Amino acid sequence: MRIVIIDDSGLRATVLEEGLREAGYDDIHIVPPRGAFVARLERMAPDVVLMDLGSPSRDTLEEMLTVSRALARPIAMFVDQSDEAMIGAAIDAGVSAYVVDGLRKERVKPVLELAVRRFNAFAKIQGELDEARTALSERKIIDRAKSILMNQRSLSEQDAYALLRSAAMNQGKKIVEVAQALITASELLGGGGL
Amino acid sequence: MTTDLKIAFLPLTDAAVLVAACEQGFAEEEGIALELVRSTSWATLRDRLVYGQVHAAQMLAPLAVAVTLGLSQQPAALAAPYKLNVNGNMLVMARDFAAALEPDVARRVADPLGTAHDFAAAIGLWRRKPMIGVVHRFSSHSLMLRYWLASAGIDPDKDVVLRVLPPSLTVEAMRAGEIDGFIAGEPWGSAAVEAGLAETVAVGERIWRRGVEKVLAFREPWLEENPDIVDRLLRALARAAAWCDDSGNHATLAELLARPRYVDQPADLIARALSGQMVARAGEAPVANSDFMLFSREATPFPWRSQALWIYSQLVRWNMVEHDAAAAAKAGAVFRPDVYRRALANSDVAMPGASMKLEGAVDLPLAVGSRRGELTLGPDRFFDGRVFDPEKIEDYLAGFAPGR
Repeated sequence: MRIVIIDDSGLRATVLEEGLREAGYDDIHIVPPRGAFVARLERMAPDVVLMDLGSPSRDTLEEMLTVSRALARPIAMFVDQSDEAMIGAAIDAGVSAYVVDGLRKERVKPVLELAVRRFNAFAKIQGELDEARTALSERKIIDRAKSILMNQRSLSEQDAYALLRSAAMNQGKKIVEVAQALITASELLGGGGL
Repeated sequence: MTTDLKIAFLPLTDAAVLVAACEQGFAEEEGIALELVRSTSWATLRDRLVYGQVHAAQMLAPLAVAVTLGLSQQPAALAAPYKLNVNGNMLVMARDFAAALEPDVARRVADPLGTAHDFAAAIGLWRRKPMIGVVHRFSSHSLMLRYWLASAGIDPDKDVVLRVLPPSLTVEAMRAGEIDGFIAGEPWGSAAVEAGLAETVAVGERIWRRGVEKVLAFREPWLEENPDIVDRLLRALARAAAWCDDSGNHATLAELLARPRYVDQPADLIARALSGQMVARAGEAPVANSDFMLFSREATPFPWRSQALWIYSQLVRWNMVEHDAAAAAKAGAVFRPDVYRRALANSDVAMPGASMKLEGAVDLPLAVGSRRGELTLGPDRFFDGRVFDPEKIEDYLAGFAPGR
């Protein structure tokens, strides 16, 4: 079974490809949806095409599936329309799957289930990365605010932090919000310590 | 009690009524907490609606017909009781290509018939078949482009290459030289003009003066099971639409649409379509067109069944569906004037008395029978003067010789 993954996020495609290989599928190709990707795909004659539901290139792919003369058999979205739970899970996970006509649904289902699990796993990794990035940038903002306080009010680092924290508690805000306001104010006033 | 509703949309200026309903409190007044779900392809918007991830969607009118007829992946009966706008499209082409057309852009746009013939000549001068981007096979844009090209003897399936790509990728594709031009909803045409990549060649409003564009589509069973929610939503949208049509609100509306979670493009580009001040070539004065995009006046949101049937006639014309009486009836029934009437019966919205009309028969603003309020229909001519009689689809199609 030839599986093509259309994806422009290298990481997600790798996560999915790994999973498929572990499960014993070995005819797997990754095609980024850029330039003449439709022509490449046509030449590959895939049995299953997996694609991120959020990819703006889905309309282009579907048009090719509709008009292509090169494809021997038609390819349509999902294979088993009666399996609503499966389709629901796929759409929730952001998987769209196009399957060649005549491929038995028992053969496709494990691929689809695996794609759903891997897409979900990828979304989780992505979420954690975003969180880590946010935490890092928040930490930098607080550090800057602390150094302003340390410079301008000659406080120790510990006292500067305590001051930010009590201001945040009094105003019912997050520390990072108070820190950001302090930085903005300091910039407006042309204050030093930045 | 508040009802949570999810509606899918694409980043386009004609999502305006949905955005206004959400941001200006019109939905809230009807007890609706509206969540707008941004999508980047029509396929994904369609799947979200068909598979029940959202309650409704801002849909290309021809796509709603096509999904119902089983022409676009999983068949599903869709129902469109409300039109979100009419008009709003623009065909732009690379400046090199446009150099073979009438140089005065205002005159070029005002004369679509002449420009279509110039376009046919320009194809001969081009090094290869021009590649024209369309947003979807089942889009109003694609049907209008085909109609316009064919009027000058251009076969849209042979003499040009129509490439499907979503609106948000059109400008990048122009830049990369993957397409020579495209027809799309705003602000994407304006974005390509502003970037100096293209200039305006034709405007939707000049091809069909009141062209069907986006509808609000529901799954039909859900629409039938939830009349109260549908009615409240339609009332909220009708008020939002009136707000969007008011030129005093255009600056605010453009700012709202410009936000990253909606269109994510500069407000001044978005404002052009709203005010009808279209810049056709970068750096030149705008070409005024007060009917560039309509939301409310002239009973714009009313889903005339004859318009669904016009769409159907074009699908038949381009061999996208086999004509038979059952398919025609199914296509016409996608538009639901009955639901529109029920929802807005006690409002001050002008209400047409009929559900079908001749399309393309009105030359000058025309006062018509209305159940309530004054209703004036705007001119709705096709540029070639043809009139579509929904009772005589075969005759209409036979008029497109040869073969089509």
